[in-house]
Amino acid sequence: MIIDKFYKRRYVIGGLAVLVVTIFVIRLFILQIIDQSTKSQADSNALVKQTIHPARGLIYDRNGQLLVFNQPIYEIQVILHEMGQDFDTLAFCQSINISRSTFDERMSQIKDRKRNPGFSKFSQQTFLGQMSKEQVASLQQSLYRFSGVYISKRTLRDYTYDAACHVLGSIGEVNQKDLERDTYFSIGDYSGRDGIEKTYEQQLRGEKGVEILMRDSRGRLQGAYLEGTMDQRSIAGQDLTLTLDIKLQLLAEKLLQGKVGSVVAIEPATGEILALASSPNWNPKQLVGRERSEHYSQLLNDSTKPLLNRATQALYPPGSTFKTVQALVCLQEQGIKLTTEYPCFGPISNAGQPIKCTHNHGTPNNLTTALEQSCNPYFWCAFRDMLQRDGYGKDNEDFKLRYDLWRKDVLSFGLGARFEDTDVSEQAVGYIPDRAFYDRMFGPKGWKAITIRSLSIGQGEILVTPLQLANQAAAIANKGYYITPHLNKSETAVHKHVTAIDSSYFDIVHEGMHAVMINGTGRWYNIDSLGMCGKTGTAQNPHGDDHAIFMGFAPMNNPKIAVAVVVENAGYGATWAAPIASLMMEQACNDTIKRKYILDRIANATINPNVQRR
Amino acid sequence: MSRGDNILQHVDWPTILMFLGLVVFGWLNIYAAGYNYDQTSIFDFSIRAGKQFVWILTALFMGGAILIIDEKIYDVFAYIFYGVLIAVLFITPILAHEVKGSLSWITLGPISIQPAEFAKVITALAVAKYMGRYEYSLRSWRDMVVPFALIGVPMIIIMILQKETGSALVLASFLLVFYRKGMSRYVLWICVLAVTLFIIVIRFGQSSLPLGAGSVGLFVCLLIILAILLYFVHKNNRNPKYTLIILGSIVLIYAISLLFCIWFKINFNWVTLGIILALTGYMFFLTFYFRKWTLLFVILFTLLCLGYTQACDSVFHKILQPHQRTRIEVLLGMKVDSSGAGYNVNQARIAIGSGRFLGKGYLQGTQTKLKYVPEQDTDFIFCTVGEEWGFVGSLMVLLVYLCFILRLVTIAERQRNQFSQIYAYAVVSIFLFHLTINVGMVLGLLPVIGIPLPFFSYGGSSLWGFTLLLFILLKLDAVRVNQLQ
Repeated sequence: MIIDKFYKRRYVIGGLAVLVVTIFVIRLFILQIIDQSTKSQADSNALVKQTIHPARGLIYDRNGQLLVFNQPIYEIQVILHEMGQDFDTLAFCQSINISRSTFDERMSQIKDRKRNPGFSKFSQQTFLGQMSKEQVASLQQSLYRFSGVYISKRTLRDYTYDAACHVLGSIGEVNQKDLERDTYFSIGDYSGRDGIEKTYEQQLRGEKGVEILMRDSRGRLQGAYLEGTMDQRSIAGQDLTLTLDIKLQLLAEKLLQGKVGSVVAIEPATGEILALASSPNWNPKQLVGRERSEHYSQLLNDSTKPLLNRATQALYPPGSTFKTVQALVCLQEQGIKLTTEYPCFGPISNAGQPIKCTHNHGTPNNLTTALEQSCNPYFWCAFRDMLQRDGYGKDNEDFKLRYDLWRKDVLSFGLGARFEDTDVSEQAVGYIPDRAFYDRMFGPKGWKAITIRSLSIGQGEILVTPLQLANQAAAIANKGYYITPHLNKSETAVHKHVTAIDSSYFDIVHEGMHAVMINGTGRWYNIDSLGMCGKTGTAQNPHGDDHAIFMGFAPMNNPKIAVAVVVENAGYGATWAAPIASLMMEQACNDTIKRKYILDRIANATINPNVQRR
Repeated sequence: MSRGDNILQHVDWPTILMFLGLVVFGWLNIYAAGYNYDQTSIFDFSIRAGKQFVWILTALFMGGAILIIDEKIYDVFAYIFYGVLIAVLFITPILAHEVKGSLSWITLGPISIQPAEFAKVITALAVAKYMGRYEYSLRSWRDMVVPFALIGVPMIIIMILQKETGSALVLASFLLVFYRKGMSRYVLWICVLAVTLFIIVIRFGQSSLPLGAGSVGLFVCLLIILAILLYFVHKNNRNPKYTLIILGSIVLIYAISLLFCIWFKINFNWVTLGIILALTGYMFFLTFYFRKWTLLFVILFTLLCLGYTQACDSVFHKILQPHQRTRIEVLLGMKVDSSGAGYNVNQARIAIGSGRFLGKGYLQGTQTKLKYVPEQDTDFIFCTVGEEWGFVGSLMVLLVYLCFILRLVTIAERQRNQFSQIYAYAVVSIFLFHLTINVGMVLGLLPVIGIPLPFFSYGGSSLWGFTLLLFILLKLDAVRVNQLQ
């Protein structure tokens, strides 16, 4: 030991060391125990939560034919910072079969911050998008040679058939409203924008998963956090089987080529929609991926309004097809009896009848022949006698009560109102005027049966959609009830609606509709063995030529298909709508078309030259 | 008795055990810091942990060799070593390739060496040799100046020529050795005062006084100097009444100055400076009146303080490198900069803080592994400890360092000759300085000065340097039993 007078200073030096370490321990205690913010800062630093998008559910037709599926597409992404000096540009270009100049051009586009504001040397930039598996196959094999190049996979909706665009709808990027409405969505997600894709969004989309990745200080991903034990797997969307029969759907769309109109076919016993076609339409592949917005605006600006689903959104006066319902209501409300006959004076305007007939036929007519010949005076008389059965009474009140009754019965066919309990989206309401409407129009005492005579033959203020018309056919086919038309085959809840008409009244209407196909306006397109029933209509149209309409079902006993056809501005229902409906019935009952000549003639006929043929 | 035989009996095993513990734990943490989820072996020479393993083996070999080699060479050749060191330090910047702005690395074949890491060992030996002379006395001017010159020369070369501030500042820790050997405690107080004045001038230099003209920083510094001067004036006044009169006059001067502020701006810095100069004059008077010549030191001290305060500002703004200036500004809270100079400190804080109580587990730290903390296996290695071993692990490491340093103090005190004791205290000072500056920097308490954590940080030069430093001491300690007191 060295004895010196400063030996006590060793305690100062030792104490200094103790003091320093004590200060450090206090600081560590503050940082590691008290301060709670560092943990989350560390996580937001280093962990990236990457959403794993589930595969969207597939869509099948009623027979298990695949309609909509997911097509993987590939994007080539580059991180410029990782590409380095020794990047073999030539080999890279060869592997994806592009020229050197394309490469340089694309690179300068990526680096141009004006065109690509999200540019960073350290993050992934899309070099080429929308590549098929074949196009990237060669690169995939030699990917290890190209540092900084990544291939990422996405899926796009793809379609087996060029059909049913309106029914299927499409998916598109979610908007601000969706984000606020549904917390499932985040920016850049896709969701069903219309049609079935929208209605069954919840079912089709599945559940997103989360993959937690680690990111280094340069933003490069370094693999799964804790070997992926914290990840959540995505759950694929459920598949959907539609009620559509793709063969019928294709046939309907083929027959509507060159025309503006729609075809709706329903299986009466179940309410399942077999076909729902609207023309003009588009190839569903057009509203997918990058070209979606461009094609969408083309469709939006098309003067023939292809985006309008005419089968559910267009409104027409039902015309003569309404006479079937008229007959049933008048029978039910005792305006006429099964045996009632009325005279007809043909198409002479001054023969003392308020509504003339369109052509000459035998007279007097019973209900069956009246339907067969589509006799206007018969239905006017029936309508009048039904409404005036109790006279007019004080302030026409007795008459108006009869009118209310008539309207209630008509509504019970599902006409003039949206189907609420269905998955068919984008429906128009339709219109069956109530007494208040006529009170406003003519004054409370200003209208009588004669005033509203147009209603007797399905003209005037009454408006229905083709879907409602097909449903009317189904209700008649079922002799008094309908199941709400729907598109999901696995829909188990049966929404049965009974009409106000006693089932015993339907036989005579069936007979009349059958007679239409044998002797009447549908006789050119009948197939005897199928027991076709139908009713043509020619709806007057203040804007142009009449609309051709047909409503019917087949076979008469145990009907398989109820169908409604509207061809806009085509003239007589018998000429344009009846053959389309007839072919639909043949396809539905026989699963084949023997009358190819009719099919070809109708399919090739152009009624509206503005409609693009496809 | 042959000394070679029983060297292992006399060597201080607790120190060696702590040394081995720190080296091995440091090595494990270097592996963790560089671990990249790709399962490279800790012995793989292509990664830093693998290289460090080689450094450790060579360092152990070197340590063993030092224990065998005769200890007399340190005493005998101390000045020669020192001369060689100065020459090498001079040559280094010429041969060096620039690494992050510093010219301190020279390449010898496959390895790079930083001669500055060996400067502390050799300087310690030279200082010990000079101060250990029998006739040495701190009372003599020459004996005061030479040790300062011995540490000053390498310091200046390393700081100015090699631009390696950290390694140079380490030599300043020798003040602690001088303190132990009898340097006036005023010197330490002066150091504290110097640091305080520097911080105040820099921190508040730009903000102006609420009334009148002048900066807050300078004003506060002048007040401190005034207070110290007043203390000496009071001590040397014959009558305490005079002190009261002086105090009263000072208050009156300030009050009048404040009053004048109504009409025009008065620079209070000038007012204070005037008071200080007036009091200095009074002291001058007292010096001659009482013929008490030691009071001249007070006058000199006052004037030096005034000069120093002025110099701080120009040193900070003109001599310091921009990045060093930024580091100090960030630390003093004058700048918020989480991407530039503040980035390291902020990321280190996040890494350590996110370790919480028990840490994330070995090789499980995300911040260090994903390279959020720069220099994580060298200067910022303590982050890895904090993140993966948590509060408990960090505490253990710090306690081992504390025990290690306290053990070295004990060793120093039991030396039987001046040379060994002075050298031992130099070792204590160097380790304490490295621990303080390095961990203080990582914890965000001190500015970022790049010096390694002894035995922990990756690097051959620093590990060799510290091993050399420690094992020479252990050798000196082991042979002390053979020496007469």
